[in-house]
Amino acid sequence: MITMLRAALAATAVALGGMLASPATYAQAGSAADEIEKYRQALQDGNPAELWEARGEDLWKKPGGPKNASLERCDLGRGPGVVKGAYAELPKFFADAGRVMDLETRLVWCRVNLQGMTEADARRSPFGSPERKSDNEALTAWITSESKGVAMAVSLDHPKMREAYDVGRAIFFFRGGPHDFACSTCHSEDGKRIRLQDLPNLTVKSGAQRGYTTWPAYRVSQGELRTFQWRLNDCFRQQRFPEIEFGSPASIALTTFLAYNANGAPFAAPAIKR
Amino acid sequence: MDRTLLIALASFSAVTLAGCAAMRTGADEAAIRAKAIDAMKTSFKEKGQAKLDRLNQDETQALCSQYAGKELPKDVAATIEKSNLASIRYPQDGKLVGDWKRGERIAQDGRGFQYSDDPKGPVGANCYACHQLTKQEISFGTMGPSLYNFGKLRGYTDEMRRYAWGKVYNSQAYSACTNMPRFGHAKILNEQQMRDVVALLMDPASPVNQ
Repeated sequence: MITMLRAALAATAVALGGMLASPATYAQAGSAADEIEKYRQALQDGNPAELWEARGEDLWKKPGGPKNASLERCDLGRGPGVVKGAYAELPKFFADAGRVMDLETRLVWCRVNLQGMTEADARRSPFGSPERKSDNEALTAWITSESKGVAMAVSLDHPKMREAYDVGRAIFFFRGGPHDFACSTCHSEDGKRIRLQDLPNLTVKSGAQRGYTTWPAYRVSQGELRTFQWRLNDCFRQQRFPEIEFGSPASIALTTFLAYNANGAPFAAPAIKR
Repeated sequence: MDRTLLIALASFSAVTLAGCAAMRTGADEAAIRAKAIDAMKTSFKEKGQAKLDRLNQDETQALCSQYAGKELPKDVAATIEKSNLASIRYPQDGKLVGDWKRGERIAQDGRGFQYSDDPKGPVGANCYACHQLTKQEISFGTMGPSLYNFGKLRGYTDEMRRYAWGKVYNSQAYSACTNMPRFGHAKILNEQQMRDVVALLMDPASPVNQ
């Protein structure tokens, strides 16, 4: 079923791409954008992310690791085992770990501390491929789906959260590399696009809400469900920076900045994107 | 109380408060930027051609980061433009215009300098990511202004060819903290590629000028 769905989506993408690329097409950019909007609408029926969510729920409940324990006692910030609405309040300062964590680093922490995995094993392959599915992506898909419709409510009351937000903001505006790019290069103005791809303005509430609340997402072009850590990783690749490490302090600070800016909006992922 | 004195006192307090707030914020912001840089140094690892030295900012990058999201003071803008203008090198043979067809391919190509790219190339300038250039290509971005009819509107003069070269070579020389990469200064494009991109903008036969 998923193969068929992917094939159909890919065909739509190819047809659309072909139409746009044809030099004989003298269509105005406006109508091209309309066609893209239709394509986006067509994608909304049936999201393969559900397959990741189902696998993630299994992984959460199934005993595993050297301690043969499930993750059901994992505290995502609302108490051990509470998944509902947890993602809408992350990142958060966790007293037991002594630092600010996003969901994906918290999962590493729980797999180490509850299941007895080594840190290296718990961090291995956070982003999957067709040959090697990622447990992180599946768990993240399920846990985030349990916050669907819940208003984003990240708190900066803890001084470490305030600091993470400020540091994240500075990283957002940090220009570097051969191209002088920062996150803000592409994401600090309204109504801009790269080629035909719309860019959210992440420095204003509406843009941050639209951008942040639609990750994780099933990426049609990759046939994978991608998490917010993946989103940051691939943005920095395109910025021509070195690779940002999974769950690193900079990635959590930046996530804190963006998640807090999205406060108030109903969480809307896992979504589906081109 | 004397009305003039009251106004004077009120303005004095306002100025003092604003001054203190600005000073405190300035010091705080510098401390936060230092923390951000520390966090980045421990959070990135080199991969492929993207080494950690890419996190070392030059003066332009540091100033543009510092003033991002607020108004750029005139003196800072002037400093940035002056030092970047001084960096522009024109080809020794004086030839600024190459082949617009090769320029078009460079404008379409977004590869180069990512850790996922082959360090041996090819490298493009990805002009279409941000600019409209020709009528034929409708998949263009809007981060930068439309460059359609660039040469036709401005005139095919020596002065304009030098300006086009300079702008592609180092756009910070003309517009401090612009989003546009410094293609010549950062050695993203080589001299022949620079000529070809200038040709795309300035050759009367280029589709940009049709």
